[in-house]
Amino acid sequence: MVKAYHHTLGSRHYRFASLAELMAKATPSRSGDRLAGVIAESAEERVVAQMALAELPLTTFLEDHLVPYREDEITRLIIDTHDAGAFASIRHLTVGDFRNWLLSDLASPEVIARVRAGITPEMAAAVSKIMRNQDLILVASKCRVTTAFRNTIGLPGRLATRLQPNHPTDDATGIAASILDGLLYGNGDAVIGINPATDNVAQSIKLMTLMDEVIQKYRIPTQSCVLTHVTNTLEAIEQGAPVDLVFQSIGGTQATNESFGFDLATLAEAQDAARSLKRGTVGDNVMYFETGQGSSLSANAHHGLDQQTCEARAYAVARHFDPLLVNTVVGFIGPEYLFDGKQIIRAGLEDHFCAKLLGVPMGCDICYTNHAAADQDDMDNLLTLLGTAGCTFIMGIPGSDDIMLNYQTTSFHDALYARRVLDLSPAPEFERWLDEMAIFEDVARHRPSGRLPEAFARPLTRLPEGDVR
Amino acid sequence: MSDHPPDHGVTDNPWQRLRQFTAARIGLGRAGTSLPTAHSLDFQLAHARAQDAVHLPLEVEALCGDLAGLGIGEGVQRLHSRAVDRSTYLQRPDLGRRLDEASRRRLVESEDAPRPAVDLAIAVVDGLSSLAVQQNAPPFLEALTRRLAEDDSSWSLAPLSVVEQGRVAIGDEIGECQNARAVLVLIGERPGLSSPDSLGLYLTWAPWVGLTDAGRNCISNVRPSGFAFEEASRRLMYLLRESRARELSGVRLKDRTQDDVIESSVGMRNFLTS
Repeated sequence: MVKAYHHTLGSRHYRFASLAELMAKATPSRSGDRLAGVIAESAEERVVAQMALAELPLTTFLEDHLVPYREDEITRLIIDTHDAGAFASIRHLTVGDFRNWLLSDLASPEVIARVRAGITPEMAAAVSKIMRNQDLILVASKCRVTTAFRNTIGLPGRLATRLQPNHPTDDATGIAASILDGLLYGNGDAVIGINPATDNVAQSIKLMTLMDEVIQKYRIPTQSCVLTHVTNTLEAIEQGAPVDLVFQSIGGTQATNESFGFDLATLAEAQDAARSLKRGTVGDNVMYFETGQGSSLSANAHHGLDQQTCEARAYAVARHFDPLLVNTVVGFIGPEYLFDGKQIIRAGLEDHFCAKLLGVPMGCDICYTNHAAADQDDMDNLLTLLGTAGCTFIMGIPGSDDIMLNYQTTSFHDALYARRVLDLSPAPEFERWLDEMAIFEDVARHRPSGRLPEAFARPLTRLPEGDVR
Repeated sequence: MSDHPPDHGVTDNPWQRLRQFTAARIGLGRAGTSLPTAHSLDFQLAHARAQDAVHLPLEVEALCGDLAGLGIGEGVQRLHSRAVDRSTYLQRPDLGRRLDEASRRRLVESEDAPRPAVDLAIAVVDGLSSLAVQQNAPPFLEALTRRLAEDDSSWSLAPLSVVEQGRVAIGDEIGECQNARAVLVLIGERPGLSSPDSLGLYLTWAPWVGLTDAGRNCISNVRPSGFAFEEASRRLMYLLRESRARELSGVRLKDRTQDDVIESSVGMRNFLTS
């Protein structure tokens, strides 16, 4: 039986046919929800839905499952792993109370960490829908999530970067050139991660080996990842490849993940396999996930939910596998899901907040495509807001231009801007390395060296001659 | 080697010569730690061009003229999706996947008797870059029709379609209406900063409305400075022959023309580690 929800405002009575409809209509406007046909019919209806949502007890979400328990292994994961003990201190709250509580001084970083296992993705999504951008930033900044592999990610006052040296033909020299550029701009502490142009096991192993050799030769306290399908990485591990992190794109419904070609058992198998290699030196968080609003609708696997609620459910999947890194690829999917800079910025802040509240080490691929109504100014805004919110990591690519994936994300320069203006440092192990290698002449003031560090001067003399493309 | 006079605030990167090995924007130098003015404006120009490419309307008459001479089927048909304009197109992918009523009628009307089956329908679709289609569809199709004519077995072709405001899946409806065993869609891809003119090729066996993308094979980045027309048409011919022989397309039809290339590549030697 689907339960309806009601709200009366003055003399007018509003009816929402289901919890899914109430959640969708309470969501700030975005093109993907309009495409799905779940968006509020008027601005007023949206606010009424938010008022109705604010009055719902948090316990509602433990009883009225947005995706049926029997049909969906993610609903089962959320319900079966819910920690009633952790929930006890907030179980009397409504969604509206929950917002007040999160903003209050009662909710210290320590207290938020203690109740985390009692918060479900649906509760996080619900409260985010009645929060303004500044609320999303303030509460996220109180959520501490620390992970580790060869360095420590997520400490307060830190901002890490994924060095993304993609190349349209996976050319080794081209990739190495972008890696060098990024390292010399102090990027790459979160991970050196390549999206392969040729996506198969053999190619992935070659790229893993390339990055492993660089990391070993220069003793870089970081980790590598080839962003290929989880089953490809499993095969690579079986073939003895140097796998640090296992990557997978994940969504918030079982059907979304089926369309991606995996299930929870696949992720568990991959996590075990990667941990068995024991390649981490200061921690064993071996998973790297990407998410993004709209993926469930795009796979026609959204069960009538709004895209932000689907997205939050993906974080239940993420947190179950203790990832080192998770990031939303917020503006990649295109204007049919997030139309312009305003929608992309709002979604980026929502995703970061919900993930952090649930205990997920959330970063953000602050990005846009050329058919979206967005530009560099919008990215600057989101970068500054997320840096303020305590975002775990961002992308770093040469000059904001991904020449393989044909989209724009944050550049090596952008990362240094954020570190300077917000006084954020890289991961501590990586920061020491930048200093020891003389890549930065003043690490504390985020000042790169004006001269080429010795360790990298020699390799440049080995460049192939005349190999001009 | 410095691009900038001293004391003007810009620190050049001594690894600028690496730029010959990649189109990536490396070695840009820095003003403080920010992008120097010239590179910042270069980027803005590239973005402006890519955005313009998305909104540039297809010059349909000119394109039909260019394509008419190729002799693909009988004549060139002008079609339009249900997305009335670019703004609708960008927000409603569902409308871009279907023909509008007039277009559908035009395709179906001539069908008094059961229409004879053809081997292949070809649709040229503006997609997200009319520039890609305008510039690259005619020379690509010229290379392809030559290969089709030279093939050991003969290929019967439906009349060529040119579609405005279309997405890849609109080919399924066109193929269905034209009673084609397979449909090939040439479509303008999402423009990148360095590639506003990429053409995508999508092959679908036994097209019908509602088919999912898992049923297609794709060749991407077809343009003079990307995947050249001769090589792209060679690979497409391979897929066409395999598709017809095995009566399928998509994930089960793997492109093996590249396998030898992958195996023979020299690995991942590079200046950082070798």
